[in-house]
Amino acid sequence: MSNKDAYWNKTKNHMIVTLVLWAFFSLVIFMFGSELNTMSFLGYPLAYYMTAQGSLLAFVIILFWTANKQEKIDEEHGFSEREDD
Amino acid sequence: MFKGDFIQNLPKIYGTYTGGFIVFIILMALAEQAGVSAKNIGVMFVAFTVLIYALIGYLSRTIQVDAYYVAGRQVPTVFNGMATAADWMSGASFVALAGGVYFGGYTYMAFLVGWTGGYVLVATLMAPYLRKFGCYTVPDFIGTRYGGNAVRAASVFVLFIASFTYVTAQINATGTIASRALGIPFEAGVWVGLISILICSMLGGMRAVTWTQVAQYIVLIIAYLIPVFWISSNVGGGIFPHLMLGDEVARLGELEQQFGLVKNSAADMKAAGVPGGLKYISGSHSGVPEGGMAVWKYLSLAICMMVGTASLPHILMRYFTTPTVRAARKSVAWSLFFIFLLYSSAPMLATLSKLALMDPNLPTGIIGKSISEVQSIEWVQRWSEVKQVFIADFNGDGILQLNEWFMRGDVVVLATPEVAGLPFVISGLVFAGGMAAAMSTADGLVLAISNALSHDIYYKIINPKAETAKRLLVARTLLVIIGAAGAYIASFRLTSILGSVAWAFDFAMSGLFFPLVLGVWWKRATREGAIAGILAGIISGTVYLTWVFPKFSVPIWGGVNTPFLGIDHLRFGLIGAPICLVVMVVVSLMTKEPSPATQKLVDDTRIPTGKAILGKQH
Repeated sequence: MSNKDAYWNKTKNHMIVTLVLWAFFSLVIFMFGSELNTMSFLGYPLAYYMTAQGSLLAFVIILFWTANKQEKIDEEHGFSEREDD
Repeated sequence: MFKGDFIQNLPKIYGTYTGGFIVFIILMALAEQAGVSAKNIGVMFVAFTVLIYALIGYLSRTIQVDAYYVAGRQVPTVFNGMATAADWMSGASFVALAGGVYFGGYTYMAFLVGWTGGYVLVATLMAPYLRKFGCYTVPDFIGTRYGGNAVRAASVFVLFIASFTYVTAQINATGTIASRALGIPFEAGVWVGLISILICSMLGGMRAVTWTQVAQYIVLIIAYLIPVFWISSNVGGGIFPHLMLGDEVARLGELEQQFGLVKNSAADMKAAGVPGGLKYISGSHSGVPEGGMAVWKYLSLAICMMVGTASLPHILMRYFTTPTVRAARKSVAWSLFFIFLLYSSAPMLATLSKLALMDPNLPTGIIGKSISEVQSIEWVQRWSEVKQVFIADFNGDGILQLNEWFMRGDVVVLATPEVAGLPFVISGLVFAGGMAAAMSTADGLVLAISNALSHDIYYKIINPKAETAKRLLVARTLLVIIGAAGAYIASFRLTSILGSVAWAFDFAMSGLFFPLVLGVWWKRATREGAIAGILAGIISGTVYLTWVFPKFSVPIWGGVNTPFLGIDHLRFGLIGAPICLVVMVVVSLMTKEPSPATQKLVDDTRIPTGKAILGKQH
C-alpha cells in the first residue's frame, strides 16, 4: 500500500470516529430525551442542559480534537504543511 | 494601515477597535446621564458602527481577482473564525433565537443543536478539501471536479435558490432594525440597510467582507453578552447565568404548573383580535414532549439544519480564505467556538426573560397580576402601541393568565433589558448588535450569489477570455443587482409567503450536500451522476415543499396535505437529499468511470500538501 493510500485510510477512519461522536451528541442522546431529563446536571434537567449548552460545547471540543488529531496524521505521513504558510 | 504587515498587526488593530467601541459605549452611557434622548442614543449607536464598517470596506478595496474572491487566502485562523461566526449569525439569530426558545422551549432547541452540529460535518467532510482544491466558489469545485458547464450551471442554480431565500430575510431584518433605531419607515430602512451592505462589500469583495465581518462579530457578541450577564444579576440569576440557572429552570417548571399551560383556540384568538406574529407560552420550557413522533420531530429538524449548514455556500466559501488546509480545519473549530458564545447564551436569556415576567415574587412579574395594573406599566404601553405585545382577557376575570399574554419573539431580546431595569444605553447597544448581525450575513450571502454568477456563469461559461478589470466590473455590477433585487422583494414584506430561513438549509442540502461530499469521498462519482443528482434533489425537494406547505398546496394541489412521516415544510430537505443521493449513485454506476485525470485530481484533493488543483489566479 502506498503512503498516500495509508494516509487516506487513516483519514477515513478518523472521519468515521469523528462522525460517530457527532451522531452521539447530536442524535443519539436526544432519542432518550425524556429519560435523560429525570437526571440532573448543574441543577438543570440533563436533556435540557444538553440541547441548551452541553451538546454545543461537545461539538466545539470535538472540532479542536479532530483538527489536532488530523494534523498528527498529516505529520506521520509527511503531508504536513510548512509552519510559515 | 491595510498594507504590508497588516496581517501581523491584526490583533493590535482589532484590540484597539474593541477598546474604542467600549469607550463609545461608556460615552453613550454618560450622554444618557446628561439627558440625551433614548432615540438619539439609538441613532448614534447604529450610525457610528455602520460608518466604521463602511470605512473598513473602503480601506479594503482591491483590483486583484484573488483578493476579491478569496481575500487573497491570507486570513488567519482565529479571525476567519470570527468572520464566519458573524457570517453565520444572522439578524434572525440575534433578535429571534432567544424568542424562539422562550416560546418553544426544549422542542425549539433542536435548532440550536442543528445550527452548531453542522460544523462537525463542515470540518470533517468539506472545508479542508475545498480549501486544498483552491476554488473561488462552491460551484467552481463542482464544475472542476465533475467537469463541464452543465454541472457547474446546475450547482449555481441551487446556490442561487438557497442563498436568495436567505438573503431577502436578512435584508428584511436589516430594514426592520434600521427603521426602529433610526425612526424611519420600514421601506426606507430596507434601502438604508442595502446601501450599508453594499458599501462594505462592493469595493473589496471577499477581502472587505472578511474584515468588516470581524468588526461586526465584536460588536454583536458584546451587544448580546453584556445584557445577558447584567439581566441575570439584576433578577437574581447569579453572575454567570450559564452555570447558575438550574434553580430558575426548575422554578419555571413550578410556575408552569401553577399557572397551567393552556392552548387557545384559533377562534378565540381571532375574536380577541390578537395581532399576527404574536405568540403565547403553551409548551413546557425544559420538559421533553412524550412519544416517538415528538422525538422524530426533534431529530429530523436537527438533521436538516446540520446537513443544510454543511451545504450553505456562503459558509463554505469562508474556508477558502485561510492560508493553509490545516488552518481551514482549525478555523472551523474557532468559528463554532465564537458561535457557541452566543448560542449558549440565548436559552439563558430566554429563561431569565420568562422568569422576570412569570415570577410573581419578582417586581417585574406580570402574570397573575390584575390586567389594569399590567396595562399601566410603561414598557407594556410602549410595546403595545407598536403591536409587539397584546393582552386578551379570555376568561374575563381581570387577571392576566399565561395564555392571555401575547408577545412577538423579538421582544425577548429587544425589551428584556428595559424590563429588567437596565439603562437605555443597553437597548441602543442591542440595536447596534442586531444591525451588525443582519448586515454581516446579508454581505456574505449577496457576495456568494454574485461571485457564483460572475465567476462561474460569466467568466467560466460565457466569456473565458475576459480580463481582470472586466471580471471585477461584472462581479461588482452583479453584487449591486442582487442586493437591489433582494431589497426590492424584502420591501414588500412578503415574509409570510417567502417562508422561513429554514428553507435555505433544506434547498442547499437537497441539491448540494451529496455532490460536494461524494466529489471528495467517492472517486467513482461521475459528471452525469452529479447533474442528475443535483436536479433530482432540488426538484423533488421543491415539489414536496409546494405539496406540504398549505400556502402553496391549496392553489397548486387543490388542498391541504398531511406531511408524509411528519416531514413538514421546515424539513423538506429530508425528501430532496436522499433522492439526490440515490439518483447520483445509480447514475454514476451506470455511466463510465471518471477519467484517470479526474481520479488523480481527487487523489490530490485528499492530501493537504502539494499544489492546489486550481491556480492562485484562475
